[in-house]
Order: sequence, then structure tokens, then C-alpha cells
Amino acid sequence: MKLFKLRGGVHPEGWKGLAAERAIRVLPLPERLFVPLQQHVGAPAQPLIKVGEHVLKGQIIGASQGFISAPVHASTSGRIVAIGDYTAAHPSGLAAPTVTIESDGEDRWLETDSPSDPFSLLPEEIAAAVGAAGIVGLGGATFPSAVKLNLSRKNNVRTLIINGGECEPYITCDDRLMRERASDIIEGVRLIRYAVGAVDVMVGIEENKPAALASMRAAAAGTEVQVIAVPAMYPMGWDKQMIRALTGREVPADGRSADIGVLVHNVATAYAVRDAVRFGRPLVSRLVTVSGGAVAEPGNLEVPIGTLVETLFQYCGGFSEKPARMVLGGPMMGIELFTAAVPVVKGTSGVLALTAREIGSTQASPCIRCSSCVRACPVGLLPLEMAAHIRAGDSNAAVSRGLKDCIACGCCSFVCPSHIPLVHYFNFAKGELMEQERGKLKQEATRKLADERIARTQRIERERQEAAEKRKAAREAREFAAKQAALQTTTEVA
Amino acid sequence: MNAIAHSPHAHAPISVNRVMALVMLALTPATLFGFWLYGWPAINVWVMSLLAALLGEALVLRLQQRAVRPVLMDGSGLLTAWLLALSLPPWAPWWIAVLGSLFAVIISKQLYGGLGQNPFNPAMAARVMLLISFPMEMTTWVAPAPLGSIHAPGWLEGLAVTFTGSQVDGMASASLLGHVKTEFTRGIGLEQALSGYYAPLDALLGSRAGSLGETAALFLLAGGLFLMFKRIITWHAPVAMLIGVVVPALIFSAVSPAHYAGPLYHLLSGGLMLGAFFIITDPVTSPNTATGQFIFGLGCGLLTWIIRTWGGYPEGVAFAVMLMNAATPIIDHYVKPRIYGRNRKGVSMSIEPLKKES
Amino acid sequence: MITALTSLTILGAILGLILGVAARVFRVEGNALVAELVDILPGSQCGQCGFPGCAGAAQALAEGRAPVTLCPPGGRAVAIALAAKLGVDADVSGVQDSVPMIAEVREELCIGCTRCFKVCPTDAIMGAAQQIHSVFREACTACGKCEEVCPTESVKLQPVPVTLHAWYWNKPVTQTMQTVAA
Repeated sequence: MKLFKLRGGVHPEGWKGLAAERAIRVLPLPERLFVPLQQHVGAPAQPLIKVGEHVLKGQIIGASQGFISAPVHASTSGRIVAIGDYTAAHPSGLAAPTVTIESDGEDRWLETDSPSDPFSLLPEEIAAAVGAAGIVGLGGATFPSAVKLNLSRKNNVRTLIINGGECEPYITCDDRLMRERASDIIEGVRLIRYAVGAVDVMVGIEENKPAALASMRAAAAGTEVQVIAVPAMYPMGWDKQMIRALTGREVPADGRSADIGVLVHNVATAYAVRDAVRFGRPLVSRLVTVSGGAVAEPGNLEVPIGTLVETLFQYCGGFSEKPARMVLGGPMMGIELFTAAVPVVKGTSGVLALTAREIGSTQASPCIRCSSCVRACPVGLLPLEMAAHIRAGDSNAAVSRGLKDCIACGCCSFVCPSHIPLVHYFNFAKGELMEQERGKLKQEATRKLADERIARTQRIERERQEAAEKRKAAREAREFAAKQAALQTTTEVA
Repeated sequence: MNAIAHSPHAHAPISVNRVMALVMLALTPATLFGFWLYGWPAINVWVMSLLAALLGEALVLRLQQRAVRPVLMDGSGLLTAWLLALSLPPWAPWWIAVLGSLFAVIISKQLYGGLGQNPFNPAMAARVMLLISFPMEMTTWVAPAPLGSIHAPGWLEGLAVTFTGSQVDGMASASLLGHVKTEFTRGIGLEQALSGYYAPLDALLGSRAGSLGETAALFLLAGGLFLMFKRIITWHAPVAMLIGVVVPALIFSAVSPAHYAGPLYHLLSGGLMLGAFFIITDPVTSPNTATGQFIFGLGCGLLTWIIRTWGGYPEGVAFAVMLMNAATPIIDHYVKPRIYGRNRKGVSMSIEPLKKES
Repeated sequence: MITALTSLTILGAILGLILGVAARVFRVEGNALVAELVDILPGSQCGQCGFPGCAGAAQALAEGRAPVTLCPPGGRAVAIALAAKLGVDADVSGVQDSVPMIAEVREELCIGCTRCFKVCPTDAIMGAAQQIHSVFREACTACGKCEEVCPTESVKLQPVPVTLHAWYWNKPVTQTMQTVAA
């Protein structure tokens, strides 16, 4: 099939060899799991259990609330020992509401009835099952999948694209999944296709994963699913990049992929959809790549959600040398971890322990306007200009140059010969603008409150005055009447 | 504890030092060839340029109370001085080199705020300053006398040429462009002026009068290709500049060969090769986008040809580059990449409602 | 010489006259600006700026009697907006340093006297007599009036706690002008 021309992008050293040939291993059940209530884009889940309660694996412990939200399930059977704040997988190191489960060691599933043939379900029933299973975009975006399915069905999406573009260096969990469980993925893909009523189905896999391509092609043979090799580059896994490569079309800046009739899901999401629809099993575990130069035995693990990152490192033989930096996710977009005592969440594709040599960053020096960042940007922005404006304290100027279109992929920072932290500038500016926006909203609200209060106090004052005047008038009238009466009496007397 | 690091947690094996070092490496063959061709005085001029740039930059940084080492170590000052040295007459007196270098790094670079802030290419600004202020010294050329040949001055003689201004008899010569310009003013036609003075093969191989960077056209071309291969520069600006010179030269020489020189003559003379591959590819003073760089190069080429053909100076690369440097902000303002999902004006692509499948 | 002097003098006089007339004829009423400035200010009429309410502050700003950094509850954002509206360059670095504050009731000290509740310009304090009061965070402008009237120092302005939702990256510190340490 003819592929369409792409723009920008970089070719970082892959380091995939560290873990790519290691088959998936199931992590032994940890004693405690720390399941955050918000692991997705949107509103956090509302806790449904109490401390001390016993739960079964797959039992719902947090209910989705609002249109864009997802439920959270117990990753193993055991007792709830705490519901409270626990360090989140977030660069701030702040805590987030988390449910702590003490495993009873039985790992017993909640009994559910599952359909004999999932294709006999109605499309909306599949979307509902996906929503109930708490499935979110497992490529890292963590957008609730059911919302995308419903939106796509309403928009009459024609094309379903399954994203096998695992472009972050080191990360190989999707690669392993495609090699080892291809037929399950294909079944999930066909279920999604059925749920949204798509016509064409394309699975885009980077050409640097020949084994995954071969096994997926074998599994897709005889179905309507087309498996297509796409160029290996970063960020190939950006959904809009994958759309451009396979269809030649671009998603409008103010729209969604559904607006051009395309739905994109990650391969791991398709796998989770199959588990949810066929077996009624919610998303309680995922594949995580443990890698990096400081890890003794890198590998790919199947991990219950809520396992601490340190447990993963320990299982992989600990550190061969003291890591210079621990990263959650890939090196291009992942976040640095202060501590390894943070839980794996639904969007965690990898945990890395990197050596100083692998990070390879030094002190920033002045921009030489080499425009490497302009060539590298897959969106078509001018990172050097935007960063200069932000540095000068003018984030709004950066917005007019496309700051809000920035996907923070990190290509610009990666290629910058001056080692300028461009993406850091952009994320700072985005945060600053959001704060300004919040401040403005709050100001409008408080002004309204103040105006209402002033009106109220004035009204009370006025009412009091009116009442006083009324009393005064009444008194005067009484006095006048009394006077008149007295006068009359005197006259009569006279 | 260090502040938390923002992604990406990986970096391409590239740095400003490496960029500068690669450009210098690309210049080395041409420079060595020039040294061989013009002997010790050329080496002296080159050394003086680089020394002056280093000391001048250090002095300014001291005055600004900034750390000296990291700025000197980035190599940009050295590269500027190197490029300037390649554009000077090889037998220029020492103070020309020193003055030019100081002007380049202090006035044209550090006073604007240092690396990355200067609007004009420092080497070309310095060359233009020298050309305007000292036309005599800047247009006195010598015929090549390769090291080891009979005419070549020895080491001591070389020092005398550079530092005391002593002239070696019978060496003075005119550069090709200068000669043709002079002959034109005397009313002598092109063909006659060129006869016996210009042989394309000689020009290609460099055995003629000119600056270091002028005579080694082939080596400069090779250096430029090396930089493209290393992805330090892109083809857009250099190719556009060559087009900008070749196309008008082709047209006009076809119409009137007696008055207008052909493309080969233009390509192989003056600072065109140096300009195309090493000067206008200077990132600081050229536009940010590939299209912008192409326009920039085209403008440099056209202006060079125009100045050479109709202007008062025999050579126009430096003037052309400075004029186009001044246009760079305008080019950057109008030529911007299209943002994904938006049209050229930055408006989001329209969202067309999808037709229901029948 | 004489001609030049006279002609220039006459020219100057005429131009000056035109400017003077234009200044009177096209005089812009100040009220439009004041109204726009009032819109920018928080509107809680807290009086921390020393002017009678936000309208008074806007009047002073329009007449140039007050700096754009006059509004503590408005913080940096308001200072920048005011500077932009008035077309002045303002040094907002001082304002930036003050962290956003919010009133907080220390429950163990609150006696339920309702004084804070009565002075709050935005009705951000909830409660009734003899009951512990609490602050509705979204409505508090940190004007500090409650702090002044509280008899038990139970209400205090505290820095707004950083939440996961509100956190964002700091501005990168890059030493592009490496200064020699003194």
C-alpha cells in the first residue's frame, strides 16, 4: 500500500534491543497494590468501597462520574486497607486519592457472565462493556475508550486505525504483545470495528518490528484487517501522524479524528477490549517494559495496576549501577520519578532506569537559530521563536505562534545543539496560561458575588429606611390625630 | 536535590561545539590548499585573525563580567575569524587581519548580545568594513607561488610581508573579477579582457590570484557537500545561491557574450563557493525555514550577480549577504511552516460533516 | 536667516494651535477608560489598595495617581492586564513574588462570632452564629478583611495549597548569559 509523506520527526537511538527479545513474564503478585482513583483524562472516579472491606479481583472500587471519566477496579482480591492520598505518578511528586489493597494471595476473580459470541451483542452494548471495564487509551493518552467508541459511531466513522507505532525508545511492550498475542489483538480490533461500524481497518506497525509485523499479518489473514508497515521514526505513535501516514489526511486543528471519519486505538487497547467484551474482565493489569542501562535484566512484565515501580525494578534484578534518572514512560515524553515508590497506572508503558550517558544532556547554551527544531517538529511549529517569547515572559505571543498545537513530543529539545529545554518552556507556558484562565474565571465569579452582596446590603438598607419612614409616618399620624383630638376636646370644653 | 528534569530524557549526539568543529573540519582542506598556494604570509594572516578574535572576545566578555571559557570554547569566534581570513588577500598586512577580526567578534557579534543575537554575518560585516575603509590593502593580490617554488617567500620573508609590509617584486597581480572590471572601465571587451587571463581549468584548480577562499573552489565545494552529508547544513540556501548567479549569467551571456560573462566564470571566481556553502548557511543570520533559506540564497545569488555585473565593486558576495541578512526577519515573518490541521493562514481546516453511508 | 527664523516660528505657532484645538475638540472623556479598568479589577471592593473600592482605584489608575501593581488580590495577572490597558511598562516582578493566598479557618479557635462572615465582600465565608465558619475557596479573593476582624485569630490568610490539578512546570532556568560568580 502507498504510504503518505510525513513531516518532521527524529530518529533517536532505539535501545529496543535491551528488552525486545525478552518474552512477557507475569509479575508475581505483590503484597500491596496502590490503585489511584484517577488514571485517565477527565473526572476522577468516586470511591465505592470502605476501609476494611474485602474485594475480589475485577470488582469495581471507583465509579466513573461525568461524561468523560472511567471506573477503577481492584487489581487483585484482598482487603482495602486505606483510601487516601498516595504519591502519584506525576512530575510534581504530589499525592492523589488512592485505594490501597492488601492482597489475600488468592487473586480470585469476580464471577461475571460473559456472552458466548461477543459479535451477537449490539454495538452500543460493546461500547458499554468497554466503558464498564475502565478501558482507557493504553498508548499513554489515557482517554476513556468508550467515549471515543460512542463518538465515532455517531460520526459514522469509516476507517479504523490500530496504532502499532511504538516509537518511544526502549519501550517494547506493544511489540511483545503483537508478537505473542496477535490473534487476541485481531479479535479486539474486529470487535472495535463492529462497535463503531467502520469499513476499513488498518493496523500500522513500524517497519523496525518485523517479528510483530509477521505475527500480526498471520493472525489477520482472512479477516478484513489490513496490517501495514509504516516508517520507523519518532513520533510515529502520535495518532495524528499515523492517520497522516495511512490516509494522507490531517485532523483539523479544532476538531477530532472522528471529524474526518477516522478512529484510532492502540494495539494494547484492542487487546484489553477483547478481554473486556469476551470475558467481562475489566482492565486490571497491563504490560510494562522495564529497561534502561542501569537495569540488571531488562524485560517485559505483565503487571497488576497499582504495583509499585520499585517492585518492578527488584523483579528485574535490581540496578546494575546507580541510575542517574528513573523515568516513567519512554525517554522522549516520560516523566522523571523522584522515588520508585509510585504505582503503575493504566497509562504506564514502561519504567526506565537510565545512566548519565544515555541521558546525554548538558547545560543549555544560547540559541544559534540553526532551525534544527523547525525541521524536527512534526506539527510544523517554530519552537525557537516560541521559546524566545516565553523566555521573555510573553506566553501569549507563543500562543499566536501555535503553542496550543504543540504536542510536547520532545523532538525539538532532542535535536537542539544548544540543549535548550524547549518543551519545558512550552509546558511552563501552557500551565501559566491555564492558571491565568482559571484566575479569570474565579475573578468573574467573585465579582458577581461581590455585586450581589452590595445589591443585597443596599436592599436591606433601603428596606430598613423604608420601614423606619413608615413607622415615622405612622407615629406622626398618631400624634397628629391625638393633637386633633386634644384640640377638639379643648374646643368642646371652651 | 536537583530540580526535576523535564522530558526528553535523551538527546541527539549534537552540540554547538560539534557543529562549529565540523564546519572547521570542512574548511580545513581548502585552507591547507591556500596555505600551500600562497605560502607563509597567508599562514600569518590566518593565525593573526584567529588570535585577534580569541583575545578580542575574551576582553569583551571580561568587560561584561561574563564567564570567558564557555564562550570561547563554543568555537563560534574562531570560525568567524577563520571565514574572514579566507576572504582576505593572502598577503594582507597583519593589522588588516587583526582589525577585521576584532570588528567581527566585538562590533558585529558581542555588542549585539553574543552568539545567536547578531543580525549580520560577522565575517562579512568585517570584510565589508575593511573593503570600504582600506580599498588599497583589500584589493592588492598576488599571483600564487606555491610553497617550495622559486618565488615563494621563506618563513622570515613571509613575516616581513605580513608585519612590515615589504613587497616582493613581480608578485602583485589582480584578481580575475578585479581585472575584468578594470578592463571594462578602459573600454575593453570581455573576450579580450579574459584572453590569456582566464582559463576555467586554472580557476577550478586554483592557480590564480585571489583570496584563500576564492582559489580553492573545488575544496570548498567538497567541504560543503561534507556538511550536507553530516546534516549540518541543508541544500536549500547553497543551491539557491548558485542558481541565483547561474541563471542570469546564462541568459545575459547568451544575449550579449561580449558584455556579460558566462556562468562558469561567475561560479569559479570570487567568494561564491565560500559564500554559498559557508557564509549564507550561517544559522544565526539566515531564515528558519527551508523555503525561507531558499529565498534567502536566491536573493544572495541574484544580488551578487547584479553587483558584479553593474556595481562599482568587482566582487559582491559580502554586500549581497549583508543585504539579505537585513531581509531575514522579513522572510521569517512571511515564510512559516504550515501547522498540522491548519491552512497556511493558521486557520483550522474545515470540519466537513460526513455523509451517511447509503 | 531671518526668513528661516520667521517661517519656522510661524510654522511652529500654527502647528501648536492645531494641536491645541484638536486636544480640546477631540477630548476623550476619561470615563470610558475608568469603566474598562473597573472591569479588569477583581471587584471585591476590599480597599487594600487604599482607594475607596475598585471604582476609586480605577479612577486613580486612570489619572496616573496609582501604580498598576496596586491590587494585592488581583496579583500578577491583574497588574499585567492593567499595564497593557494603560500602555505602561510595569515592573511586575515584585507582584509575582507574593504567592496566591486564601483565607482559612482554624476550627479549634473559631467561636462562631459571625464577624468575618459579615465583612466578607464576596460571601465566601459560610456559617451562622455559634457555629464554626468555613471558607468557600472558589469565592475567596484573599482581601484579608476577615483576618482583621477575627477576635481569636482563627481566620488567617494562607498560601493556596498546590494541587495536582493546578500544578504546572516551573520556568526553565537557563544560564545563557553565564555570569562570572562574584
